[in-house]
Amino acid sequence: MLVHSRGARAALHAVFFALFLPVFALPFAVVLAASFAGNWSGALPSSWTLDNYSAAVSGDSLQALNTSLVTAAVASAAALIAGTWAALAAQRLGRRARTAVDAVFMLPVAVPSVVVGLALLVAFSAPPLLLNGTRWIVMLAHAVLVTAFAYQSLTAALARLDPAYEQAAAGLGGRPGYVLWKVKLPLLLPSLGAAAGLCFALSMGELSATMMLYPPDWLPLPVRIFASTDRGALYTGAALAVLLMAATLAALVLLSRVRSRAEQR
Amino acid sequence: MTGVLAPPPAPPSGGPGAAPGGKENRRAVPAWVWVLPPVAALGFAFLYPLVLVVVESFTAPDGSGFTLEVYAETASSEAFRRALVTTVLLAVGATAGCLLLGFFLSLVVAFVPFPGARFAGRFINVFLAFPSFLITLSLVFVYGTAGLANGLWTGATGAPEGPFDFLTTPWGVLLALITYFTPFVMRPLLAAFSQTETAQIEAAASLGARPLRIIGRVILPDALPALAAGGSLVLVLCMNEFGIILFTGAKDVVTLPMLVYTTAMLKSDYTAACAVAVVNIALSCALYGLYRLVLARTSAGRGGDRAGA
Repeated sequence: MLVHSRGARAALHAVFFALFLPVFALPFAVVLAASFAGNWSGALPSSWTLDNYSAAVSGDSLQALNTSLVTAAVASAAALIAGTWAALAAQRLGRRARTAVDAVFMLPVAVPSVVVGLALLVAFSAPPLLLNGTRWIVMLAHAVLVTAFAYQSLTAALARLDPAYEQAAAGLGGRPGYVLWKVKLPLLLPSLGAAAGLCFALSMGELSATMMLYPPDWLPLPVRIFASTDRGALYTGAALAVLLMAATLAALVLLSRVRSRAEQR
Repeated sequence: MTGVLAPPPAPPSGGPGAAPGGKENRRAVPAWVWVLPPVAALGFAFLYPLVLVVVESFTAPDGSGFTLEVYAETASSEAFRRALVTTVLLAVGATAGCLLLGFFLSLVVAFVPFPGARFAGRFINVFLAFPSFLITLSLVFVYGTAGLANGLWTGATGAPEGPFDFLTTPWGVLLALITYFTPFVMRPLLAAFSQTETAQIEAAASLGARPLRIIGRVILPDALPALAAGGSLVLVLCMNEFGIILFTGAKDVVTLPMLVYTTAMLKSDYTAACAVAVVNIALSCALYGLYRLVLARTSAGRGGDRAGA
């Protein structure tokens, strides 16, 4: 306990909440309130309605949610495979080589997402590989952007993993593939679940690269939200944002249940 | 946890066609071969496009040969220079704000705890999973022309318009950046604080040190690596931020990523966009390298005991 005087503590907590609530809690509360607002001219919405949600789940917007979910699922799966593979392989390398692999896989975090979008646009707008204008270029961009996070999580998890299990299994005659499949990956399952959740959430909310790449028939939810707010339909945008947050949270909860089940085994 | 090793290991020469141990070792693929497939995939999807961006930025407008023309044009353009200054100012300002706010909030959560302090810590992790543009969207409802703050003001004073009208100025962007990126500072700080010896604080306090002195002499030196790591990460992320600025719709707040977007998408001038992008990549990667360096130092000093375990 740093501050012993009760009065000082109370004052400190008051300042804390005066900063914490407007900065962290208010955004969610306000977007939620706005999603039910029919009109907002006073301190609080002056009329309440469900119209925003009926607009949010009508044809096009529901399609956008579906687009986002499919994109996030495909991108996360690709990122998990690439990231896990790279993390497992890098672990067996020497220090120099591992640093190099680290640098290459973390590079997409350093490069602005907009530039990643531009790069894919420049690279895949002409034959031999014409991806521009298809949904695949969006998925590819998302996969590139989230692979770094999958790699990072898995590398950290591998560093924490007790090598004794693996050594015991190998010492008992387990072949490398068998040890990997039956010992190492099951031990990594909780971390894989966590990494999948993170990748999925990040891909669901990705806007920067998507803005550069999306074709008219593959419009993810964040782009849709931007389109709504940009033409002044703020409340519909808020309802769509709530939809996006709810879908992201649902996916995170689902994956954390996988994780806790894996931990119980 | 004891049941983790459920599958019984296979007997030494159980599998069909299992080779004797010695032979298998000789046939083993070297470690670096295994790393090739994922690196090749990333190379195709990311490194090769990135190289093309650099090449494109050096290509003459008529498509022939190597030239610095585009860079000369970019460097002399007013829009580019202003974007560069805006980007750096916003990123530095937001980082300073995040560090101050994050340090104070983490300090309270860790050392002056209250019921629910741990929940606040958890909440911050959820915050990180949400997209940045939601912050701008919510600020519109809080400080926008017909939002909460102005509504309160007009309700209280009867004035026709509220005083808050800064969302499309750099200050609005700064507020959104600080709001969104403060958790990125708090996470490493809370981790560092959880390792600070409370006995040291108790000892300093019982020797008569006042809280500010304890913070300066005991807590801050311990937290310095975490502050440096969090600060440099936020600096990079702020320089790269796009969603927040796109959503404000401010015409006069143009950062480098925004300039890349408008040049490529609205003006369809890919070559110029590539030149701006290369500058942006160079800046961000330099800062990111700095961050990794700080991080490596931090974990070398701090995680030594963990690595041995």
